[in-house]
Amino acid sequence: MLDIFMEYYPLFLSGLGVTVFVTIISCFSGTVLGTFLALGKIYGNKFVSAVVRTIISVIRGTPLLVQLFIIYYGLPSWGINMSPITAAIISFIINSGVYQAEYLRGSIQSISGSQLKAAQSIGMTKWQGIRHIILPQALRRVIPSWTNEFIYMIKYSSLAYVIGARELMTEGKLIASRNYQFFDVYLVVALIYLIVIIFFVAIFNRIEKKVTIP
Amino acid sequence: MPTKHLLKIEDLHHSFENEEVLKGISFSLDKGETKVIVGPSGTGKSTILNNIIRLVPPTRGKIYLEDTEITSAKKINEIRQQIGFVFQDFGLFNHLTAKGNIMIGLTKVKKMNKKEAEELAMLELDRVGLKEYAASYPSQLSGGQKQRVGIARALAMQPKLILFDEPTSSLDPELTGEVLKVMRNLAEEGMTMLVVTHEMGFARSVADELIFMEAGNIVEQGNPEKLFTDPDHQRTKEFLFQLTDLYGEGEN
Repeated sequence: MLDIFMEYYPLFLSGLGVTVFVTIISCFSGTVLGTFLALGKIYGNKFVSAVVRTIISVIRGTPLLVQLFIIYYGLPSWGINMSPITAAIISFIINSGVYQAEYLRGSIQSISGSQLKAAQSIGMTKWQGIRHIILPQALRRVIPSWTNEFIYMIKYSSLAYVIGARELMTEGKLIASRNYQFFDVYLVVALIYLIVIIFFVAIFNRIEKKVTIP
Repeated sequence: MPTKHLLKIEDLHHSFENEEVLKGISFSLDKGETKVIVGPSGTGKSTILNNIIRLVPPTRGKIYLEDTEITSAKKINEIRQQIGFVFQDFGLFNHLTAKGNIMIGLTKVKKMNKKEAEELAMLELDRVGLKEYAASYPSQLSGGQKQRVGIARALAMQPKLILFDEPTSSLDPELTGEVLKVMRNLAEEGMTMLVVTHEMGFARSVADELIFMEAGNIVEQGNPEKLFTDPDHQRTKEFLFQLTDLYGEGEN
């Protein structure tokens, strides 16, 4: 097994690089998207919150793979072409954003309305109150779910192999189809995922501890 | 209509769904005055305070802050900067230290620079006797300390008046004294205050005027000594005696 890694490590590592890159971009951009969706759903007017609800139910109600195919294979018929990695990142951002919106909504709603009232009582506008008082607390509370989402995303990003984005899973498949040592190659791939996830979980747990409100 | 009162309330009505909780309240507050509103629970006392800064917009009636009619003023957040509010449940921002709670309004609302805001925050914390707790988070403070930070936060905004919504009702009896002492000092320093409370001792000794409310109406208002010893209405007498019995004279 180690020999396989040693032999092909540039390929494994470049695949891993793509996996981590796609995951980080998707997760963080997903947080931004999710924040706007959650705020739209909670504080938006009837129209905004209905739009957000629809987006969330459509994205949550369809498989990620189908979304990926629509973006990569479907959009070109509208004249929109993109590389596999771009297509993967876009569909992951949308998918993750929607899930994160729901985590964040729960987190925002767990912070009592009196916090916003207090913010307004000192002359903050509603938006200032949300930005300076509600979100800093809500984002802290959402870190455990966010860590979970990140772990999912590292693993789900392997779906990108079906459209040929050269992430870790794709590289594994290419190596295995060259040397036929399927068991060992995929075991190496699995171990790499495991190690990377353990590493990130440790980091996020530290961050969570560091920013926790006494 | 211009007025020389600092705060003037005219024929204030408020309804929650179909229930009318305020049925035409009128009174005024002059600069430097402390008025205390007392009355049974559910009488609409807190609603008046919430109506004033429009955390709950009034159904009908007019409220003036000096010459400005604030019930319909567009920029309510600018009005709120001028009126401090102290909450029953403290309303401290949980993610900020005591100092941070005071600074955030100064930096984000008043656009004061950080250093000035910090100096003012320390000054106000000192004023309520909590200078050494500047770095503590709300969860690390006792109820009385939290409320004093709440008062310091309101003070730092340099408001024209402060509204107190049952500021000691969430506190253990032994902690109310420290909060009432801070409020008493403020009254003596000439801060204009409108206080909803059940603390009869405070009402009797600090208020310039006592307002007794029941069922959405003002039953009687006037000099606290008179209301306590020789009220015009039998109901006032019953209520004040009952509460004095229940809560005692408060502060010891």
